[in-house]
Amino acid sequence: METIKTDVAIIGAGGAGLRAAIALAEADPKLSVALISKVYPMRSHTCAAEGGAAGVIKPDDSMDYHFNDTVGGGDWLSDQDAVEYFIQEAPKELTQLEHWGCPWSREANGSVAVRPFGGMKKQRTWFAADKSGFHILHTLFQTSLRFPSIQRFDEYYATDLIVDDGRCQGFTAIEMRSGQMKHFQAGAVIIAGGGAGRMFPFTTNGAVKTGDGMALAYRAGVPLKDMEFVQYHPTGLPNTGTLLTEACRGEGGILVNKNGRRFLQDYGMGPETPVGKPQLKTMELGPRDRVSQAFWQEQKKGNMVSTKWGDCMMLDLRHLGEKKIDERLPLVRDVSVSYLGVDPVTDPVPVRPVVHYMMGGIHTDIRAATPLPGLFAAGECACVSINGANRLGSNSLTELLVFGRRAGLSAAEYVRSGASAGNDAALAGKAAAAQARIRALFEKTGGRESLAGLRKEMMTTMEDNAGIYRTEGELLAACAKLADLRRRYADIELNDKTNVYNTDLLQALELGSMLDCAEAVTVSALERRESRGAHQRLDFVERDDKKFLRHSLAYYHPSGPPRIDYRDVVITKSQPGVRDYSGDHK
Amino acid sequence: MGEKMSRKPYVREVPKYSWFFRRPRYMRYMAREVTCIFIGAYTLLLLVGVMRLSQGQAEYEAFLAALRSPVSVVFHLLALGFSVYNTATWFNVTPKALPVQIGEEFLPGGVITGAHYLGWAVLSLAVLLMAGVF
Amino acid sequence: MSERVYQLEVLRYHPETDSEPHFQRYSVSCEEEWVVLDALNRIKETIDPTLSYRWSCHMAVCGSCGMMINGEPMLACKSFLRDYQGVIRVEPLAHFPIERDLVTVIDDFMDKFKRVKPYLIPKHEKPVSEGEYLQSPAQLKKFKQYTMCINCMLCYAACPEYGLIPKFLGPAAISMAHRYNQDSRDGGRDERQEEIATTEGVWECSFVGACSEVCPEHVDPASALQQVKIKSTVDWYKEHLMPWVKK
Repeated sequence: METIKTDVAIIGAGGAGLRAAIALAEADPKLSVALISKVYPMRSHTCAAEGGAAGVIKPDDSMDYHFNDTVGGGDWLSDQDAVEYFIQEAPKELTQLEHWGCPWSREANGSVAVRPFGGMKKQRTWFAADKSGFHILHTLFQTSLRFPSIQRFDEYYATDLIVDDGRCQGFTAIEMRSGQMKHFQAGAVIIAGGGAGRMFPFTTNGAVKTGDGMALAYRAGVPLKDMEFVQYHPTGLPNTGTLLTEACRGEGGILVNKNGRRFLQDYGMGPETPVGKPQLKTMELGPRDRVSQAFWQEQKKGNMVSTKWGDCMMLDLRHLGEKKIDERLPLVRDVSVSYLGVDPVTDPVPVRPVVHYMMGGIHTDIRAATPLPGLFAAGECACVSINGANRLGSNSLTELLVFGRRAGLSAAEYVRSGASAGNDAALAGKAAAAQARIRALFEKTGGRESLAGLRKEMMTTMEDNAGIYRTEGELLAACAKLADLRRRYADIELNDKTNVYNTDLLQALELGSMLDCAEAVTVSALERRESRGAHQRLDFVERDDKKFLRHSLAYYHPSGPPRIDYRDVVITKSQPGVRDYSGDHK
Repeated sequence: MGEKMSRKPYVREVPKYSWFFRRPRYMRYMAREVTCIFIGAYTLLLLVGVMRLSQGQAEYEAFLAALRSPVSVVFHLLALGFSVYNTATWFNVTPKALPVQIGEEFLPGGVITGAHYLGWAVLSLAVLLMAGVF
Repeated sequence: MSERVYQLEVLRYHPETDSEPHFQRYSVSCEEEWVVLDALNRIKETIDPTLSYRWSCHMAVCGSCGMMINGEPMLACKSFLRDYQGVIRVEPLAHFPIERDLVTVIDDFMDKFKRVKPYLIPKHEKPVSEGEYLQSPAQLKKFKQYTMCINCMLCYAACPEYGLIPKFLGPAAISMAHRYNQDSRDGGRDERQEEIATTEGVWECSFVGACSEVCPEHVDPASALQQVKIKSTVDWYKEHLMPWVKK
């Protein structure tokens, strides 16, 4: 097996991974950086983010406002020291991107424009029309080409972290084009592998979002934090799940039920505001968890529009007019017309909540360091946590910049602090063991389970039992089912036993990651006997700060359910209170 | 999972002399390029005319007489057709090569193409005037 | 929702067993509103798990799923089954070596893309603490369309020049250089000219225009290349006929 030695290796070349790589290259050009990704950087799912990135820049805004919006939006489960760091760094990072060429939309005077977003008290979302994530990703990727110290390994799939002497010293990865296993020996490893939305059948997430980074850390003993918090974005196309950005509502779009009523006013987000004059932090600009939950309630009352793709609410943008839609929301119009056959200029678009984002992830501290020395994490795969129980729209693009950079700097510090050289023989032995594990899956014959079959069962389980509202009974059923699926996973046999670009093998490994993450979600959800943010229990409808103002930590067990532990939330200046989205009318 | 290299990328050769039959847009492109043969031939003919003019009146008269032959008339019609096609195809793509931004907006392509047609008409008129046609 | 059976003919190539590619026919039941990518996914899930192809976002922004569909370079996620009649023929992107099945080797593009310095080389350096560079909406609009390139490489598959002369830098790479050259914040044009105003660069382009016709993001690379040609020509005249005029 070929061994590739590098100072720092980064797994994942989306927004967070690229930002970390650039931070490392700028901090010390002498450090070698290996940037490994299972797809080419431009394919990473950061590209699908639409609405924008939050950072205080306008004179009427303040750091305190952004802090309070984020902490309240997260239902006080955010670590406030992390939020403080995040909001302070946010404008710097967004300006840095501007200096690297990001085509942010502009005001007439040439300064960067901002737009309203859900749960935000002021306009602070920087945007590039409705392809903000795409432009951020490409700006980062293109900027990364400037730095000779960054060496990319495109289309390599990392399989196992190598932990020796109590610290992470690299990993093994399969080069997709040859099928060969490589051993990356690294002074420090950063995981930036993205979320795990594909464990659900109906998601905005692309095919790549299978929780591989989370599973890597999890299996190496690093806990996954707050995994029960899965965000439903309220407005996805009902057939494909394609995202229609929250900026639709930021620009003035409204949500109505089958009677034409703007039903959010009936769920603590009223009173109604004038159509076309969106008011911040109320009605359609409420937070995502509340809006998605209101949909569920209305659906139960039979107030939703029934379509061939299931019950939908209607997103009405017509009053914005063609010019504004084309200027601010061109992608929204394009995907609505092509995938659904509905033009938002002339008709309301049927939409329904869709799995979008994992608030939880690899447990890290404010320096993006995990409890495992030498291992860092950033982006959606990590949980710092700034998002708490519910992320506000446009905080995640900023988060991957702020903590991507932080992870890069922390890794550089760690490597330069002079950890002793690794024991080559021991590391090679562990790499060989990792290779043997994959080889066993690869060569196995006589398996009775099909990859596609197990994947489908997992998705159905998650959709039926771990959705917007949850109960003890459903979660118990889901936990049992996932435990069973994990057992059956060992009985998979590949149909494709060849080396070159074997996507059957890739999907089998991805399914393994998703199953582990899914079990962490359901077991954490079962144990959290309260309702908070995106985690709503019909059997425990109140928030319970006495017992659960704590982060859950799921620890991996190879053959059983994870052990769940808890950790106190860091509170600096904002005591838990009531989340108020009733606008200025109160 | 093999240690040996299994890669063997396959390269499909592009047929050197028949690729343009593959898509209509390639055919249209080739048609545009082929016009240059006629435009080139016509330019040569003009040069011959200038040469004949320098050789004296008799030679020039003979040249003019030859131009009136049916073969020559057919050639001129063909050359005219091809050069109009060439001109039109080029004018139609000028908005790509010469975009004009006024304030925030770009001038619509039709305006730029139209300006070229207008310029063409004005120049042609000027030439005809100088030639004493009117 | 109604399903019906579609016929797909997919080019297969496996380097470990095949000496050359061959077509394989699949009959697969699909929803009528589906795209070709959905059909491929259903084939992989229910008929043939060995079929290999790239995809991710299913919304035409990640650029993974470029393929030849009935001979035309297309994103499989934006090619609707309803728009095709009879057998749908699916092949890997033209002009790139086939790694396996519908997966191509794109190293050549990645190398060329990097060569044109597709990043901002600031005209005036300024620290982040001094805030953003001002850029008017008009200045933004001047280059904005060229930022929309998703690197899907359909333009390379459409470009006959690239097919015949592989050293040609190609539409997407040159367009991206032009994007930065047109950016009011950038001062790196001279550096990029060394790569793009060359025979392997714009002068290999004979303006077939196919790149712009197939671009799924309406980027219009052909326009970028013609503009680079005109500007390079002006450079040449300034340099050779008016050496006293500074560029």
